[in-house]
Amino acid sequence: MSEILNDETKKVLVEPLVENNPITLQVLGICSALAVTSQMSTSLIMALALTMVTACSSAAISAIRNHIPSSIRIIVQMIIIASLVIVVDQLLKAFAYEISKQLSVFVGLIITNCIVMGRAEGYAMKNPPLESFIDGIGNGLGYSLILVIVAFFREIFGSGKLLGMEVFHLSKDGGWYDPNGLMLLPPSAFFIIGLIIWAVREWKPKQREAIEFKIMSISHGEHGGHH
Amino acid sequence: MREQMNKICEKLEQYESYLKFKAYCERILALSNNSLEKTIAIAVALCLVCAVFVSMAAVALKPMQVTNKELDMKKNILDVAGLLQADTDIEKAFAEKIESKLVDLETGDYAEGNANAYDQRKAAKDPAQSVLIPKEKDTAHIRFKAKLAKVYLVKEGGTTKSIILPINGYGLWSTLYGFLSVEADGQTVQSINFYDQAETPGLGGEVVNPNWRALWKGKKVYAETDQASSDKGQIAEADVGEPALSLIKGTVDNSKAGSQYQVDGLAGATLTSTGVTNLVRYWTSKEGFAPYLAKVRTVTGAKS
Repeated sequence: MSEILNDETKKVLVEPLVENNPITLQVLGICSALAVTSQMSTSLIMALALTMVTACSSAAISAIRNHIPSSIRIIVQMIIIASLVIVVDQLLKAFAYEISKQLSVFVGLIITNCIVMGRAEGYAMKNPPLESFIDGIGNGLGYSLILVIVAFFREIFGSGKLLGMEVFHLSKDGGWYDPNGLMLLPPSAFFIIGLIIWAVREWKPKQREAIEFKIMSISHGEHGGHH
Repeated sequence: MREQMNKICEKLEQYESYLKFKAYCERILALSNNSLEKTIAIAVALCLVCAVFVSMAAVALKPMQVTNKELDMKKNILDVAGLLQADTDIEKAFAEKIESKLVDLETGDYAEGNANAYDQRKAAKDPAQSVLIPKEKDTAHIRFKAKLAKVYLVKEGGTTKSIILPINGYGLWSTLYGFLSVEADGQTVQSINFYDQAETPGLGGEVVNPNWRALWKGKKVYAETDQASSDKGQIAEADVGEPALSLIKGTVDNSKAGSQYQVDGLAGATLTSTGVTNLVRYWTSKEGFAPYLAKVRTVTGAKS
């Protein structure tokens, strides 16, 4: 075990959790993070599916990386990712039918998730299969972590439940909590992810991006327009 | 494992075509990654491998998926019939208590055919088995409907206790598919259940909420000659026998006349609520099950 977990593998496994999180730092994979996080159960399955796809596709792409013609490199990656996603979708339909019904189209959309492609292109094309596999697991876990946090807030404030079990007694059933309908809509995930990014960058100032340009004050206000 | 592989390889090497293929692979792999030949060869090989991989998964898992789907459908039917408890044996309960039958929507008569094998959703998409609904009549926004509908009769001791009608129609984001179960009088609602929908979770998606679904029990589908409500002008004489059931904004006041035709709308989901009203009315109208339910009523009426 200690042989497998040398410094490099440890780095690629742990770093994507906070230091180099695909969602909060790289701001990838936002679309599915908005769509599936209204419930904890769907988020967990989505996180698991994405982690598996990222790890396996990275390993597969890395295994054939020396023979991928550069002109069709992206398509080759897409074919491998798409095949894995279809298989995951079929597996869910066979073994977790209820959840697959709730996730519906979003499992298929893992194909377009930038994290999978980003890891394939950014890591797996240059590194051996085992490291790529672990890198995929690490990034999948980083994605999962954010998904679980977002789903926690959305489900508990949006429907007063956690994993389908009642936490806050809802007012429509005679309790005290009036659920926040906004939490169930995708935009709320934007707010929560924004707040998480803010919190992480306060905690780790190194992650703050340098200001690319300074907004200049307009000195010739009268001369705007087309020339 | 490795020994077996080696044995297989040795056997294969007796064939000339395998050796040719092996030599070809080696030659291709040795080519530069940018050569046209290698690009095409890699693309074809990868497509073949992925296609085999995906088809194998699809074929191997198909039986399980079909079973899941059928079980889910039966579960929904038992649920809408009020026969589903946590420990119900779905297959057994379904076989014992539910009888599926085909209904010709135009005449309202039972049709011949194997009801168990009939898939109404598929039939609605097949031009030979469906009809295009004229635009002005298509209040449920489904465009096509199957000529034959598959209804389920809930049997108890030889008599039909309730009838389960398949319904579908457009909500806000999605087409909702579900079942409406009415008692043998063809008038009193027993329950409603949507098994396939993609409305906003927590808002329109609350169509699956058991508390909301419980509100449907005992509601009336068709307007009756009700002296109290016709006096107040709520039901015109011409409307008698027309579908009257609808979702209203807010909570239904049970003391008011006409409340037997009203169900609470879904809070924060006006468009889904409108869609549900439209689809329930469509399927209970002359376009839908009205002719069938009228015949059911005369039969049960004659018996009693």
